Amino acid sequence: MALIKNEAVKFKHKHLLGIQSLSIPEVNYILTEAENFVEFNRKEQKKLNLLNGKTQINLFFESSTRTLSSFELAGKRLGADVMNMNVSNSSMKKGETLIDTAMTLNAMNPDVLIIRHQDSGAANLLSQKVNCSVINAGDGWREHPTQALLDALTIKLKKGKIEGLKVCICGDIMHSRVARSNIYLLNMLGAEVRVVAPATLMPKDVESLGVKSFTNMSEGLKGSDIVMMLRLQTERMQGSYVPSTREYYEFFGLDYKKITKAHPKAIIMHPGPMNRGVEIDTTLADDINRSVIKEQVEMGVAVRMACLKIICGNKNK
Amino acid sequence: MKEKCLVNSRIIDPKNNIDEVGGILIDSKGKIKAIGKKVTKDSVSKETEVIDCKNKISIPGIVDLRVFVGEPGYEYKENFRTLSEAALSGGVTSVATMPNTSPVIDNVSILDFVKRRAKDKSTIKINPFATLTKGLEGKEMSEFGLLQIVGAVGFTDGIKCVQSNRVMDKIFNYSKSLDTLIVQFTQDNELSLDGSVNEGIVSTRLGLKGIPDIAEKIIIERDLSLLEKYKNRYHISTLSSKASIPVIENYKKKGLKFTAGVSINNLSLNENDIGDFRTFLKLSPPLKKEEDRLSLIEAVNNEIIDVIVSDHKPEDEESKRLPFQQATTGASGVETLLSLALELHHNKKVKLNTIIKALTSNPANILKIDAGHLSVGSSADITVFDIEKPWVLKKENIKSKSKNTAIEGRRMQGKVEKTFVDGVLLFNS
Repeated sequence: MALIKNEAVKFKHKHLLGIQSLSIPEVNYILTEAENFVEFNRKEQKKLNLLNGKTQINLFFESSTRTLSSFELAGKRLGADVMNMNVSNSSMKKGETLIDTAMTLNAMNPDVLIIRHQDSGAANLLSQKVNCSVINAGDGWREHPTQALLDALTIKLKKGKIEGLKVCICGDIMHSRVARSNIYLLNMLGAEVRVVAPATLMPKDVESLGVKSFTNMSEGLKGSDIVMMLRLQTERMQGSYVPSTREYYEFFGLDYKKITKAHPKAIIMHPGPMNRGVEIDTTLADDINRSVIKEQVEMGVAVRMACLKIICGNKNK
Repeated sequence: MKEKCLVNSRIIDPKNNIDEVGGILIDSKGKIKAIGKKVTKDSVSKETEVIDCKNKISIPGIVDLRVFVGEPGYEYKENFRTLSEAALSGGVTSVATMPNTSPVIDNVSILDFVKRRAKDKSTIKINPFATLTKGLEGKEMSEFGLLQIVGAVGFTDGIKCVQSNRVMDKIFNYSKSLDTLIVQFTQDNELSLDGSVNEGIVSTRLGLKGIPDIAEKIIIERDLSLLEKYKNRYHISTLSSKASIPVIENYKKKGLKFTAGVSINNLSLNENDIGDFRTFLKLSPPLKKEEDRLSLIEAVNNEIIDVIVSDHKPEDEESKRLPFQQATTGASGVETLLSLALELHHNKKVKLNTIIKALTSNPANILKIDAGHLSVGSSADITVFDIEKPWVLKKENIKSKSKNTAIEGRRMQGKVEKTFVDGVLLFNS
């Protein structure tokens, strides 16, 4: 076990708000910890007491299935008491501000708050106002650090490395926190990152984040080792950003024809939930030789366990 | 009131082409009696109160063309009394107030109320704007004629821009015969929808919807096309982007008469200052790139931009302590307008005379008010400042009721020492 060696790495953060604030050793520390949990999670007995007596609150302002259940399971497997706040039915609807909600929860002395919010920067704001640790489970279009970490872990386990790989992220880059966190993380770990999107869904000056951008999918896919597809939200399909689902699929949907441009052994990833037939061919999505979408979900629990363990066990905070 | 005389001061009055060391004699009614190098301690009578301003610069009281005051409706953000204190400490003696109050200033009775409140509570000169359109809705024009009779100096929707081409055409056409001043906040709503920062690397990195340069340019182009047809009095409130400057330059070269302003924020800060979601720097128009800032400064120096405004928009903490997207726009700034503007002089970017002109006579000319100059017989609204004095802005020293400054902790050079309104010393540091 690499655990002992890992303890020597200083993880100096109280919160996990984004990939941007992490260093390479810190990322590797999380990934190595997570790798251990992958093994552990496959065992029949998967309960630890690392977070015994700790309280974890999942504060989700946006609906979520997989991230919420992944964090809940991660906390429970580590022994924490986990509470899910269903914010859509709560006082936020009655006009209470994010800060007020945070202060209320803070008064209940949790050890870690997991927050998802529709506004970029919400996790940062929250972290300034509460005493406990905050883990960002997605803020607006800005960051979704645990998703990027689980993607990195998936790539690492599938390809044995990240450095030097060509990663092509395709889809609605503009509105995607997953894309941003992945760009930061994969760049940091030495991958060559490309982004593919119609011009209307490409963020301005995206190349200054250190990526190459393409509006032609075949060019972007050329020689890629990893193809990461993003979800296109329904409300953006009908003429506001792209003319139609049909046209989008024609030019930006991943199918067996387009994937031939990528490396023959390229793997396909998707953060979910998928729009089958919009951004990805349904058979291709289920192709076990190509798609690692299910593995990503499995890695998600492991990565979140690692993050919780490190953040909650961090005595430097 | 006793006669008083400022002596030994460097006097800069761009309107009268004065830049010399001398004195300003103020009569018992608060009017300027004499000015220039011949006015000295020895030239005045013994009863005259002599105020030595050695090594200080005296300029006409600053005229700030874009100020938000909370009366009526937002008195908890700023009232006329607190605004006056803040303005005086910044050397500002006349302000044009924006109509974005609650209720909005779009009818005679509200304007009358504001005028009376200002008269009772304000120690500086308040020049109220009324809305261009009723209820700031951009649909129907306000009663320009009636509002002008009651004392509206001009019309603007303040933080909003009239979107409809038809409505704007009608406004230009109708108000032409009334010699109405139209001030437009130039930003297309649809192109800037939900935008909270400049579109570019900062919006991409922070994951925020950006406001593109074209949102400003397209409205300027539309308005100047209309202006070419109708030739009204027209002013662009707050220019922010480099891309708009050639448009303005071209129309000015063609001989079209109009003016343009810029917020001191856009001359002093850029989008990188927003850092990780500093909502106090969420402004409208948004802070742009450094190259935009430099182009705006150059345009001020070349007098393509006529006016520098504070864009003083007091906001309480609650409207700023929110996720960036939800936080309100604007920064308090009337107190620091001159000091920040002097940075442009210290950095040798803009001639001092041009800066003073953009703060005094130009805005006064646009409003057609008798201010912004130091002519004999005019009101003695005078700002005396030390151009070298270094200081640091601290939140606790802010006089405005709201403390939402965008430049806390900034080191500045040049500070107001004395401010006179109608010959009365109302601020003395």
